[in-house]
Order: sequence, then structure tokens, then C-alpha cells
Amino acid sequence: MLDGRSQVKRRIGARLWLSGGWLALLVLLAIFAPFLAPKDPLAQDLFTSRLPPFWEKGAEAGYWLGSDSLGRDVLSRIIYGSRVALSVALVAGLLTCLIGSALGLIAGYFRGWADLLISRLIDIWMAFPPVLFSILLIAVLGTGLESIIIAIVVIDWTRFARVVRAEAMTQGAMDYVDSARVAGSTRLRTMLTEILPNVLPTIGALLTLEMGIAVIVEAILSFVNLSLSTDYPTWGGMIAEGRISVHQAWWVLVFPLVALFLTVLSFSQLGEGLKDRFDPVLR
Amino acid sequence: MAVTLLGAAIVVFVVIRVVPGNPIVMMLPPNATQVDIDRLSALYGLDKSIFEQFVIWLGGVLKGDFGTSISLRQPVLDLALGRLPATLELSLMALLFAVLIGGVLALTGTRRRQTRTEGAIDIVNGISLSVPDFLWGLLLILLFGVLWPVFHISGRVTPSLDLNFSTNFLLIESLLRLRLDVTGDLLAHMFMPALALSIPLAAVLSQLLKQSLKETLHLDYVTLSRTKGYSENHVILKEALRNAILPTLTLIGVQFTFLIGGTVIIERLFSYEGLGNMAIDAVINRDLPLIQGIVILFALIFTIVNLAVDMTYALLNPRLRHA
Repeated sequence: MLDGRSQVKRRIGARLWLSGGWLALLVLLAIFAPFLAPKDPLAQDLFTSRLPPFWEKGAEAGYWLGSDSLGRDVLSRIIYGSRVALSVALVAGLLTCLIGSALGLIAGYFRGWADLLISRLIDIWMAFPPVLFSILLIAVLGTGLESIIIAIVVIDWTRFARVVRAEAMTQGAMDYVDSARVAGSTRLRTMLTEILPNVLPTIGALLTLEMGIAVIVEAILSFVNLSLSTDYPTWGGMIAEGRISVHQAWWVLVFPLVALFLTVLSFSQLGEGLKDRFDPVLR
Repeated sequence: MAVTLLGAAIVVFVVIRVVPGNPIVMMLPPNATQVDIDRLSALYGLDKSIFEQFVIWLGGVLKGDFGTSISLRQPVLDLALGRLPATLELSLMALLFAVLIGGVLALTGTRRRQTRTEGAIDIVNGISLSVPDFLWGLLLILLFGVLWPVFHISGRVTPSLDLNFSTNFLLIESLLRLRLDVTGDLLAHMFMPALALSIPLAAVLSQLLKQSLKETLHLDYVTLSRTKGYSENHVILKEALRNAILPTLTLIGVQFTFLIGGTVIIERLFSYEGLGNMAIDAVINRDLPLIQGIVILFALIFTIVNLAVDMTYALLNPRLRHA
């Protein structure tokens, strides 16, 4: 039994280190992109179009991961693309978390008409296919980074609201909440000082998951060509272009896809790992 | 249920009417006069207030009239119903894949519990869960479209095939008519999108089913059948599975709506001629009546699936059956 526990702990440790390591690397790439990118990510050169990565025949020095159909350096575009991916993950993730958790807390603890209204909204939101809803919102809001972030917040707040509402309801029924109220704490104060701290670990795990989802949504929107302008390097935009020319230049699709895959996997593994770490049974 | 649908209709109606870009102007040649624009706007009812438009639209919907598509100039209902079979066949095929893959993984994991095999299955489940269908679709394109090109990466059916089918349920009709060449072609097109949609669901299923199988295996009646001398396979398949499967079934229902939602981008990725692909085109073309119709159709499908899940659950759960 003891042995099994330490094994589980070790596995959690490795998971946290690997995913945390990739995300830390990504943050560094995003911050120092101008110094790390070997080429200008926007520079087109039709004489160097569709160069293969460095180990293949016909590769050219300086284009480590090859170039796309317009002769733009794939590695530099991936490095600059991490800026978009990370800003969307951070800003959209945090905003979604804040709004969704607040609504969930209010619905779950105050109940009454607020709960009725918020639950009804969640039901309506669940009746939309999220991808279609986000494409629709981008069509309304126009393209650009802010629109993507707003669309993600508007669509995904229910993820937090649903879970936090249920947790707040369970916590709200417990004795310690009643004793806080008897001790003279107002309802708002009770919600913030008694309920919220107990729901925080769940919110944290959801937040890292949401960051991964945000990165994917951005990629999907660039893929449908509704994200930023097509010039600015985003992983989704690169994937969309790579999908078209996959038979002529596989590297244009593969490398951004790997970056996206690792990032999404890291966010969710980080969430799972943190959840396990804060699990009192395993600690 | 009706309230949810009405709410969904109102949200979409309001959202798409804020869309910049006048669809009427896009329809007409550049030299059209304001009079032409006004006349066509009146024809589509776009000159009235949002509230009036909504009442007119709702009245039509209740009579089965969803309006006319602006970009395709055909009744929205005909267009959407023409595409619906493609999306339904894809979703059901993906569900079938998910149940098969998830079931096999859960049963293997339970049979070989506390071995390396179970560890490997847990890792596969973990990765499959955290990566969404869109990325699986792209990976499959690389795998079975480029590296080892055995399946078609775009479309629903090879256009040169002589079909002459009377419905759009091509897969079902080809089976009924014994046109197995068509069935094979459809499956070769459907394989990758269906698999991409099924992978996350298969992982969820396998995880939950394995968990509940393990819990059931500790119950007294299972121990009793063990002492009776039944083999481990018999104990798992004939005794434990029946009781362990209920929570999984409820979960399938909820997750199936997520899967249907996923068809939108997967159909786009594989240029599959379904409802979701049509919806994205409708958004790009600012085709308001078509967007409204398709979104409401999706909302209706989700509601029906949820209802069907509740009913199946009541049928299968002995405690609710006699209530």
C-alpha cells in the first residue's frame, strides 16, 4: 500500500515537471522571441519557398524547420506564434475563471432567483455547439486578439459556473458555514471567506484546463480563418496553411501541430497533477 | 426544455443581427441602387425591428417554415434536413467507435488490473482525454492521409460514384440496397473524422467503466460467483459488467452531445458535407436565416439526446423501472 502511494507520487512529480518545463520554455520563447527567432517571421521570399527541415535533402542553412509556401521561416513563426497562444491562454483563461466562478459562487451559495437565472442561462448555453457559437461571435465582433478573448469568455464561463455552483452548494450545507453565520458574518463575507477558499483548489485545476482549451479555440478560429490577420504568425493559421499543402510540404503542418499538442497536453497534465497534489488523501 | 430552446433561439437571433456587413448588399451587384437594396431587404423582412422579425420568424418555425437561405436561395429547412443525415451518420459512427474502443480498453484494463497493461491503458486514457478532437483529426490526416495514405481525407463520398439514392442516409441506404462498393467508399471517407471524434469520448468511457467495474468486483455477489468456481472472464463479463455499466450509460449521453458539437470543426477539417460545415459557410456568407435554422436544429438535437438518455436510464435502472 505504502509502496503504491510513493509510486503514484513519483508519477505525479514527473508529470508536473515535464508539463511545467514545456510551459516555462514556451514563456521564455514568447518573451525573448525577437532574440531567439532566427529570421523575421513575416519576411516572404519566393526563392526559398517550401524548403524542407535541416536533416532533409535540399534544406538551406538558417531554415532549421523549413519554410512555408511563401518562403517564411517555420521555426521563427512557431516562436512568434507562442506569443498569441500564451496571451490568449492567460488572459482568456483568467477572465473566464473570474466571471464563471463568481456566477457559480453566487448561484450555489445565495440560491433563490439568482440561481434560477444563472442555471437557466447555463442550460441555454449548453444547447449550442461551442465551436459554432465561437465562430458566430467572431463574425459579430470582428477578427483580432480581443475578439477571440471575448468569445472564449462568453462561451466558456459555464464550465466554471457549473462546477463551482455544485461545490458551493455542498459547502454551503456544512456546519462550519452555519457557525460562521451564527458568529455574525454577513452572507457576502461568508461566501468570500468560508466558501471560496474551499472551492479554490477545484477552480485552480479548472483554470489550467481552461488555458489549454483557450489555446485550442484560438487555433480552431485561425484554422477557420477568423482569428488574427493571416500574416501574423499563429499556430492555428500555420496549421490551416499546412493542411492545404500537406502533400507537398508536411513540415508546415507537423511542427506547429507538435507545439500545439505539447502545449495543450501540458496545461491539462499540470491541472491533473495540481489536483492530485492538493488531494489530502495522497498528500 | 421548450424554455431552453426558446432562450437559445432568442440568443442566436439577437447575436446574428448585430453582425456587421449587410447580407443584402452582398447579394446584389455593385451598381445596385438604394431602391433595390430596400426592396430586397423588405422581401427578406430585414427592414422590420428585431422584435417584429423574431415574432414573424417564430410564427414561421411553428408552422415548419424556417425561411429562405440568402446565399443559397432555397428553403432553410430543406437545406438543413438535406445535410442532417450526413452529420447523424458521422456522429453515430463515432459513438460506435467510442463504445467499442472504450469498452475494450476498460475490459482489458480490468482483466489485467495492477499490471503494466493497466498502467499503459491509464496513460493512453490520460493523453486521449486531454487532447481534443480537432488535434486528433489533424494527427490522423498525417498518419492515414500522408504517411500511409489508405483513407480519404476529404469529402463524404467519391463524386464520380453513380448513386441515384432516394434518401441522404447514404450509409444506411447503401447497406439496404446492397451497394457494398458505395458502403466501402463511405466508410473510407468516414473513418478518420469518426475516429477523431471518438477518441476523447472513448477515453472518458474507458476510465469510468474501469472504475465502476473495479468497485463492482468488490461486492459480495461477485465474490460469491467466484467461489462458485466461475472463471475471471465470466465474472467480469456476465456478473460485474451488468451492474457497472449504468453510470457509464448516463455519461455517454452527456458526452454524446459534446461529440455532436465537435462535428462542426471536424466536418470542416475533413471537408465532410454535413450540417456543421454548412453552418460555418453560412456564418462566413452572413446568411442569417440559415445560421438561425442550423443552430436551432443543433439545439433541438441536443435536447432530444438528453431526453433519450433520461428515458433509457429509467428503462435500465430497475429502481426506476417500477416506479
